[in-house]
Amino acid sequence: MTIMICFIICTFRAGISSNQPFCTSFHVSGLLSYFSGLFGSKERRILILGLDGAGKTTILYRLQVGEVVTTIPTIGFNVETVVYKNLRFQVWDLGGQTSIRPYWRCYYSKTDAIIYVVDSMDRDRIGISKNELVSMLEEEELKKATLCVFANKQDIEGAMTVTEVANALGLSSIKNRKYQIFKTSAIKGEGLDDAMEWLANALLSNN
Amino acid sequence: MMKRDKKEEEEGGANPFYNLEKSSVLQEARTFNETPINTRKCCHILTKILYLINQGEHIGTMEATETFFAMTKLFQSKDLTLRRMVYLCIKEMAYIAEDVIIVTSCLTKDMTGREDQFRAPAIRALCRITDTTMLQSIERYMKQAIVDKVHSVSSAALTSSLHLAKTSPDVVKRWVNEAQEAVNSDNIMVQHHALGLLYHIRKNDKLAVTKLVNKYTRHSLKSPYAYCLLIRIACKLLEEDNAGPMFEFIESCLRHKSEMVIYEAAHAIVNMKNTTAKELAPAVSVLQLFCSSPKPTLRFAAVRTLNKVAMKHPAAVTACNLDLENLITDVNRSIATLAITTLLKTGSESSVDRLMKQISSFMSEISDEFKIVVVQAIRSLCLKFPRKHSIMMTFLSSMLRDEGGFEYKRAIVDTIIGILEENSEAKEAGLAHLCEFIEDCEHTVLATRILHLLGKEGPRTPQPAKYIRFIYNRVILEDAPVRAAAVSALAKFGAHCDELLPSIMVLLQRVQLDMDDEVRDRATFYLNILAQHQKALNSAFILNSLQVSIVGLERALHHYTMEPTETPFDLKSVPLATQPLQELSKPIMEASSGPKSTEKAAASRQDVYAEQLASVPELANLGPLFKSSSLPVELTESETEYMVRCIKHTFPHHLVFQFDCTNTLNDQVLENVTVQMENTDDFEVIRSVPAASLVYEKPGTTYTLVRLPEDPTQVTTTFTCTLKFIVKDCDPNTGEADEEGYEDEYVLEDLEVTVSDHVQKVVKPNFAASWEEVGASNELEDTYALASMKSIDEAVKSIIQFMGLQACERSDKVPDDKSSHTLYLAGVFRGGHDVLVRAKLAFSEGVTMQITVRSTDAYASEVLASAVG
Repeated sequence: MTIMICFIICTFRAGISSNQPFCTSFHVSGLLSYFSGLFGSKERRILILGLDGAGKTTILYRLQVGEVVTTIPTIGFNVETVVYKNLRFQVWDLGGQTSIRPYWRCYYSKTDAIIYVVDSMDRDRIGISKNELVSMLEEEELKKATLCVFANKQDIEGAMTVTEVANALGLSSIKNRKYQIFKTSAIKGEGLDDAMEWLANALLSNN
Repeated sequence: MMKRDKKEEEEGGANPFYNLEKSSVLQEARTFNETPINTRKCCHILTKILYLINQGEHIGTMEATETFFAMTKLFQSKDLTLRRMVYLCIKEMAYIAEDVIIVTSCLTKDMTGREDQFRAPAIRALCRITDTTMLQSIERYMKQAIVDKVHSVSSAALTSSLHLAKTSPDVVKRWVNEAQEAVNSDNIMVQHHALGLLYHIRKNDKLAVTKLVNKYTRHSLKSPYAYCLLIRIACKLLEEDNAGPMFEFIESCLRHKSEMVIYEAAHAIVNMKNTTAKELAPAVSVLQLFCSSPKPTLRFAAVRTLNKVAMKHPAAVTACNLDLENLITDVNRSIATLAITTLLKTGSESSVDRLMKQISSFMSEISDEFKIVVVQAIRSLCLKFPRKHSIMMTFLSSMLRDEGGFEYKRAIVDTIIGILEENSEAKEAGLAHLCEFIEDCEHTVLATRILHLLGKEGPRTPQPAKYIRFIYNRVILEDAPVRAAAVSALAKFGAHCDELLPSIMVLLQRVQLDMDDEVRDRATFYLNILAQHQKALNSAFILNSLQVSIVGLERALHHYTMEPTETPFDLKSVPLATQPLQELSKPIMEASSGPKSTEKAAASRQDVYAEQLASVPELANLGPLFKSSSLPVELTESETEYMVRCIKHTFPHHLVFQFDCTNTLNDQVLENVTVQMENTDDFEVIRSVPAASLVYEKPGTTYTLVRLPEDPTQVTTTFTCTLKFIVKDCDPNTGEADEEGYEDEYVLEDLEVTVSDHVQKVVKPNFAASWEEVGASNELEDTYALASMKSIDEAVKSIIQFMGLQACERSDKVPDDKSSHTLYLAGVFRGGHDVLVRAKLAFSEGVTMQITVRSTDAYASEVLASAVG
């Protein structure tokens, strides 16, 4: 298993070179091990949110074990500790079904960052996704949380581009918040490494 | 009081959770939201929550939900102990909190995960929070878990499936193949649980169960637990019909190598209904062997089983007497108690004194539960040896004085009351002991019950005056419910004993100053009735209580206040209380002021019949339903082409015969089905309401309306009945009928209308008072020789059945070896007339009966008096 993970991390690295972030709002430091000292052993709390079928659970386990696991619709939530280059994240993946969305708010408090996952193929529901995002960002408890949007399923042909997704979500109108959007493919493992690196740096600068 | 405080302190010292405050614990539960998680602290808080819930503390939905969601945060910790505590809490809060499905994903992951310690408890918790609609989504995992190679996982899945089967039987049924596979497991518990689930899935299909038992009795199961279960299933099958191989299997289990299986088989055999001495012998000898086992559990099990069946199989149990005698000195007091009480049940009169002495030597050392066993043994002993009642009474009264809980005291009081009702010689001694008991009785229920008994029995003893002091003390010393009961008891003495009346009046006047409304009201009410000095009033309002159904009265009064009318409330519009002895009978309606209120009251009493009848327009305007016959009369042999059973409904001037018909032929459809009855003895058939069609195995109903004769004494007759219908052949598979049909008929058995169809049972607690109340104006008397009766007991039973009246004053129980007996019967005749019957019976080569009938209606007297002839 260890060998497997190593292998996948290697592919991640390969991915970094080929997938440049869409845009970068602040300076990236390459030496992540340097931050681990500042983070100490404290876990950072991250929520993965988004509509059902966006790929949240797949992303969580891709981040945790580096594999694509078979998932079923999440009824409730999954919580895992993700160690990313010596940093510890406590990642909460909350179910995206309409019936479960009302419970998201129970898990907002003390959240450091939100990973908002969008299915780039789902043009029909991008509006709903936007509404959920907007109303979530209005929550007092999430005022200081960093936002990281994943335009997921980029491996499928005909997917919305990252710009299209950003426009559809109205990201440009976000004020007073550190945010970024990445194009990702959880299945292929593309884009995740960049996003995590950005997130780690963003959380660090909040310290 | 001091004593109790001290006790509480002691408890507090031993129990760290004593005096936990719910609100502060729930406050503490907010710690769950903090990061990082303090595992030890959170475990401790979860323990407190579990403790509170188990103590029966009520937690509101809101606060429970909040705590539950806080608890879900603990899933981020991987700590083994904490996670398992969370599972426990999820299970306990599953029905208190809302939206508990939020942990579904977490639990599904844990049940399929790598940590074996999580898997079984996660399954149990998951099944608790999952309802039928969500079950589909975890079905796949449940099936896998059932056949999992880890035994604890498989067992947990199987037992959880059993629980789920209660709410989602259809889903669980689909897991039968997995359960079948699990039965072959080499783990004894998995095998046991799998067999349990398999049986549960199939238990409604008798053939499948029989197959199941046959299969597993042939190739032997490894698990003794599964064996025990198989024995129980086999027993159930045996109960339903006597199948030989099942008994042979159970009998063969007596030779099994596991003691558990041997005991289960022996226990099953001695508890079977119809066992012969030959079948019983090997089982009893197994139990006898266990009696001298070095293992206390086996000794206990054996003696407990023998104790339970001692009255049923005295001869077989007596065979073990020697072994039981040895157990009297057993160091385990529970075993000793059971041994002695078994001996008491089966022993001779001469051994009673010795055994009682032995048991009293350690009464203080055994728990309440076993003291109750002793009390029950004494009760059956008193029935067997009535002459020993004084020893028993003394023993019981000393037990009453000792420390003990409510259940124990209630068992004693029940027994004393039982003895004094059975045995009139014991009455005064029994009442005296009970009087002494209520002087210091902390249980309101028992005190009121005893006061009621004193009111009923006391006035009829030779010296009623001596009870007054005990009763009046209650008025001074006790709380309101007991005081109120005491007032009612006092009034009964006043109503029954003229010489006590002035003193009672004085006492009741004093009670009128009581603080409690109910107590004062009762005193005022009784005082005013007693002041009238009228026997009829005393009987109706003091000695004999209300005969209406209390629930019915409440509804009728509510209805009356909702729709105010000019007419005063009529107590006769309230349904009578149905008598407990009259099993299977439906609630019955009495006369009412109008058809509308009948309908309402009927619906409220869920009286199926009245509701059914009210929905048939052809049967409207008959007035209120007076009585429906309790058991249907079969008018056909069983397993014939058509099955017809009849229920008779009595109205003020009509009879409605309800014929429930079933067509058992799958190639026929019957249409326009009626039962034709011939006019006889002035009973006039008015009309029939046909059943439109009778499809295979779907019961239908047809009614026939008959007007009663003008002559009020003409109440009995016999009708010849014929089922008439149009037959259409049909395809058994599709049920499609031919268009053309032909008329046909089918002769049914004759239908009788008897006196009992016109009479409704009513209990008169004080028969003599009611006898005076009704008076001699319509009295009729006659003497009969009932040559065919072989005993008084038989005569009593057939008279009661024939007249359809209620036996009062326990006069339906005929003491053995007495050559004469008086039977008291009471009831209400159609139209609402009270009927009382006194039958004096004497036995000498046949029974001679002198019958006296009193009624508020002359015709009713006549009908009843001629009923026997």
